[in-house]
Amino acid sequence: MHIYDLIIIGAGPAGITASVYAARKQLDFLVISLDVGGQAAWSGDIENYTGYQFITGQELVQKFEEHMRGYGTMLKENEEVLELTKDVQVIRLKTNKADYQARSVIIASGKKSKELGVVGEREFKNRGLTYCAICDGPLFAGKDVAVIGGGNSALDAALQLIKIAKHIYMVNNALSLSGDVIMRRKVEETANVTILNNSSVSAVLGDKFVKGIKIKHGLQEKELAVQGVFVEIGLIPNSVFVRGVEKNQKNEIKINLRNETNLPGIFAAGDVTDVPEKQIIIAAGEGSKAVLSAAHYLLKNN
Amino acid sequence: MAKSVKVYSTPTCSWCIRVKQFLKENNIEFQNLDVSGDHLAVDEMMAKTGQMGVPVLDIDGTIIIGFDKDKIKLALGI
Repeated sequence: MHIYDLIIIGAGPAGITASVYAARKQLDFLVISLDVGGQAAWSGDIENYTGYQFITGQELVQKFEEHMRGYGTMLKENEEVLELTKDVQVIRLKTNKADYQARSVIIASGKKSKELGVVGEREFKNRGLTYCAICDGPLFAGKDVAVIGGGNSALDAALQLIKIAKHIYMVNNALSLSGDVIMRRKVEETANVTILNNSSVSAVLGDKFVKGIKIKHGLQEKELAVQGVFVEIGLIPNSVFVRGVEKNQKNEIKINLRNETNLPGIFAAGDVTDVPEKQIIIAAGEGSKAVLSAAHYLLKNN
Repeated sequence: MAKSVKVYSTPTCSWCIRVKQFLKENNIEFQNLDVSGDHLAVDEMMAKTGQMGVPVLDIDGTIIIGFDKDKIKLALGI
């Protein structure tokens, strides 16, 4: 089996930037990813990526992708890494489509939406329940919807829905909303938003599509008639497939300043790691740093 | 004969943009139905698929949910 110099897992800002650096280092490498753009593709308006005073997540991702493809990089799309193990000499990857071997790996698999873990959630996914307000929001024009969560992503979802939906219920299990003050105020001042603090969802109800949710508020339980449910309760790292690599309590992969994990040859970058602050520009910088470290490692271990 | 291709999409979903890009790259003509402004199109899509996720492709009656390149190629015969 062919042994690559490097395999990059993930094609979000970290993985794509890593691919650009790897191409310029003329490494024999490959990118494997379920999607292109990762969470950046779901972001609304971006106003803090240097060089762009304003750009949408999609436009930025499109530019990232063009940059990557400009080098003729081999991208295995729609492919999910299921297992990553390290032997003495080689790192083995098993995906849902094939097996690969490499001398070094950069894990840049990012994060995904956390699930509620309640009855009806799986059943009604894409039947009124969604984890992506920017993608699916427009389908709920004139409907009553619930946004679950109280942090920045929940506020962002609510702000997008204000212009679209008829009424928005924010179901927040804390005593008050958290997140940016500016966004919080905007949401609180909007007439068609009802904020339900200290409340949690216990079930998603419906037949073919969502018809409502069950909410617990203290000892009280009530039903809320909604046609849409937007789950925005945070993110978890896509790190389950990685064996033998140290992770922190949040399951983020532990790295040092050089993006090295505890296993030589295995590097990690971006939101899947314990790097403080999760930002597109930070993930991109981390991706480049990881390749430079991997290139050093390859030279030393040639 | 060219197959009839319908794409149900929203302007804000990145997979929708990629599906349309893919079709254009392969010179496939298609009808784009923007479900964000069109209740009838939403109902049609929900009736065909029993779900609300976009994009949805209807290729001569073959329904494909999401940007599944392999399935799309198979349905188009390319």
